[in-house]
Amino acid sequence: MQVTLRIQRFNPDTDTKPYYREYTVEVEPTDRVLDALNLVKWYQDGSLTYRRSCAHGICGSDAMRINGRNRLACKVLIKDLGSRITIEPLLGFRVIKDLVVDLEPFFAQYRTVMPYLINDEPPPIRERLQTPEERELIEDTSKCILCACCTAACPIFWTTEWLGPAAIVNGHRFLFDSRDRATEERLAVLNQRFGVWRCRTIFNCTEACPRGIQVTRAIEQVKRRILFEQS
Amino acid sequence: MYHRFDAVIVGAGGAGLMAAAQLAGKCSVAVISKLYPVRSHTGAAQGGIAAALGNVEEDHWIWHMFDTVKGGDYLVDQDAAEVLAREAIDAIIELEHWGFPFNRLPDGRLDQRRFGGHTRNFGEGPVRRACYAADRTGHMILQTLYQQSIKNQVIFFDEFMVLDLLLTEDGVCTGVVALDIATGELHVFHAKAVLLATGGYGRVFKVTSNALSLTGDGVAIVFRRGLPLEDMEFYQFHPTGIYKMGILLSEACRGEGGILRNGLGERFMERYAPTLLDLAPRDVVSRSIYLEIREGRGVEGKDYVYLDLTHLPREVIETKLADNTDFVRTYLGLDPVTDPIPIQPTAHYAMGGIPTDVDGRVTIDAQNTPVPGLYAAGECACVSVHGANRLGTNSLVDLVVFGRRAGRHILQFVQENELHPLPKEPEYHARAEIEWLLESDGEEKVATIRAELQEAMMADAGVFRTGDGLRRAREKLGELRNRYTRIGIDDRGRTFNTDLVEAIELGYLLDCAEAIVACALAREESRGAHYREDFPQRDDVNWLKHTLVTRTSGGLELSYKPVVITRFQPKERTY
Repeated sequence: MQVTLRIQRFNPDTDTKPYYREYTVEVEPTDRVLDALNLVKWYQDGSLTYRRSCAHGICGSDAMRINGRNRLACKVLIKDLGSRITIEPLLGFRVIKDLVVDLEPFFAQYRTVMPYLINDEPPPIRERLQTPEERELIEDTSKCILCACCTAACPIFWTTEWLGPAAIVNGHRFLFDSRDRATEERLAVLNQRFGVWRCRTIFNCTEACPRGIQVTRAIEQVKRRILFEQS
Repeated sequence: MYHRFDAVIVGAGGAGLMAAAQLAGKCSVAVISKLYPVRSHTGAAQGGIAAALGNVEEDHWIWHMFDTVKGGDYLVDQDAAEVLAREAIDAIIELEHWGFPFNRLPDGRLDQRRFGGHTRNFGEGPVRRACYAADRTGHMILQTLYQQSIKNQVIFFDEFMVLDLLLTEDGVCTGVVALDIATGELHVFHAKAVLLATGGYGRVFKVTSNALSLTGDGVAIVFRRGLPLEDMEFYQFHPTGIYKMGILLSEACRGEGGILRNGLGERFMERYAPTLLDLAPRDVVSRSIYLEIREGRGVEGKDYVYLDLTHLPREVIETKLADNTDFVRTYLGLDPVTDPIPIQPTAHYAMGGIPTDVDGRVTIDAQNTPVPGLYAAGECACVSVHGANRLGTNSLVDLVVFGRRAGRHILQFVQENELHPLPKEPEYHARAEIEWLLESDGEEKVATIRAELQEAMMADAGVFRTGDGLRRAREKLGELRNRYTRIGIDDRGRTFNTDLVEAIELGYLLDCAEAIVACALAREESRGAHYREDFPQRDDVNWLKHTLVTRTSGGLELSYKPVVITRFQPKERTY
């Protein structure tokens, strides 16, 4: 089938502002949007610029706005979108070129939540013990691939400085890990002015997550943990 | 731009980050990565990471070592396999201490599952040896190691692509040249030690589980500098790729009880591996699938068979194979709980690569003479622990064990050695290549040449090979090499020029493909993943040896080096 891709373009070396360009490609209905982008880049216009790598929803490179929703281009099929597809870069980040945005602020937020296990007790010779039930608490949030779909879908993030959903998901992943010993420091970070309380429970993040993580629920669990620990 | 570090690591997958963890805070170290580190393909590994913990049933490292040697069809260097199997245990415990969220047993210890080719008591039957986190074990390794890098404040150069390796006239490694993709600027990294951890080159084949960015960058820059590559003819096809797309479905699907069925509904592995059945090593299973297809027993006579999980409890499919279930639902519109899944073998893993010793030092000859300051680890390296065919989960074991060993050896090396001066005009070659490509305006397209390369390799250098087919592939590659000199790219800008990146990558793919074909044509026997229909038997008298291929002004030259055999004499390989 034929599809028309309407793609936002911007090259800082030659353009003063973004514009849209249309491309028509011949694809199978079961092809990924990424396949269509590749057809444009490989056979029509090599200057079209986007990130991609694994092409099956694991690496998180190709997060972009597809018909207004944040998706991984490799995880959405043409047949689910129809023959006219609008593709734009993620909102809330500086556009470097075409669909490539500067994710450094995103990773900077991620780093502020201390995204690593903190436990200074001398480890045993073998594994630390953790029951399947304890492990289950971090099952959902440990799936995060840091693609930025959630954070870039958050209206609070578009207008206000705050940690954003992805950083909180990664904070949650360690806060609820039975092996971690830094609960107090973690809650202090998540409880600050730019922390979890900026969330207005809009659920855009949950809807956007290509890994199916219940992002809003994770944020709520962090809020409750703060209230619980303080009371 | 010029940078100076004690150590520079190229590649931020499992091997690179594991090495970085050994070096951070102890010497100055930088990691250069073509992608953001969390995009690395280690994250796509699914099923597990093996270690003889014996948590679920009796197990011993020497059984793991034996399986690795036999799985590799006795081309494995057994001193290295012993290191792999012994140190896997400690490396996995270290990952756990760093917070890796492994699946657990009810008593809180690490759970373990079955995997292809892993057996108890030297081949008696399957053993539960693979530690895992659902079917996203690689994702958790990558995340855990990146988390450690953040904790250790490792310096990253994200989205920098390596272009050249710097060696002095005496053959000492002094750094690398890399392209900052965002700005188009060249950067010279001057270092006492360089670790190449750039991953594989599955993109030489048409149907592959590998990421688009897996183009053999580190392998190719070593080759271009006249250093040898080892065992390039051994390339693994994973049995269960999603039909036509090549997306990997984990061996854990069969580890959890999944069965392969042909078009007649038969469990055909009974014919080929009566003991291990569907959990035979990957080379055996992939060949069996193709044989079924050839004999007309593919599904509806087509070139695929089924992976059948429908007899497994929904709970197992939805939780222990959650990502695989998601792939099947997303890309095929099928539900593994009720539908058999169409699969075909998919190009998956390079056993060959840059020759190293067990400390990650790159070596150049049959005597294992090291290149001072140059290291390699992970898929781009050939230790050789995988020999002619890698066992499932051993790629993750390889990168944590040998990434760690390389890191530790580098630390010692940079403490004991001075920085050597750079060669004159260190960025000369890299600049010439970039300028040529940016000005290229020929009629040939990168994508067209790449597609023809991938077709040719798939047809003539895949699971089944013949002398005639390999000669045809060699001729085709020669033609493509020639056409590559006449390419034209569309994007001439400096900012985030991925058109340029893809053109450079195609050059790397050509190098890797030529090496594969030359080595495969010379090896007139069948061993592990290298199957020659015109020489269907393994030939230990003439071919129990590693291939080394070197690029010279006169073309590709082959030489050989002996296999290290310590505990297990080669035997007939049946499962």
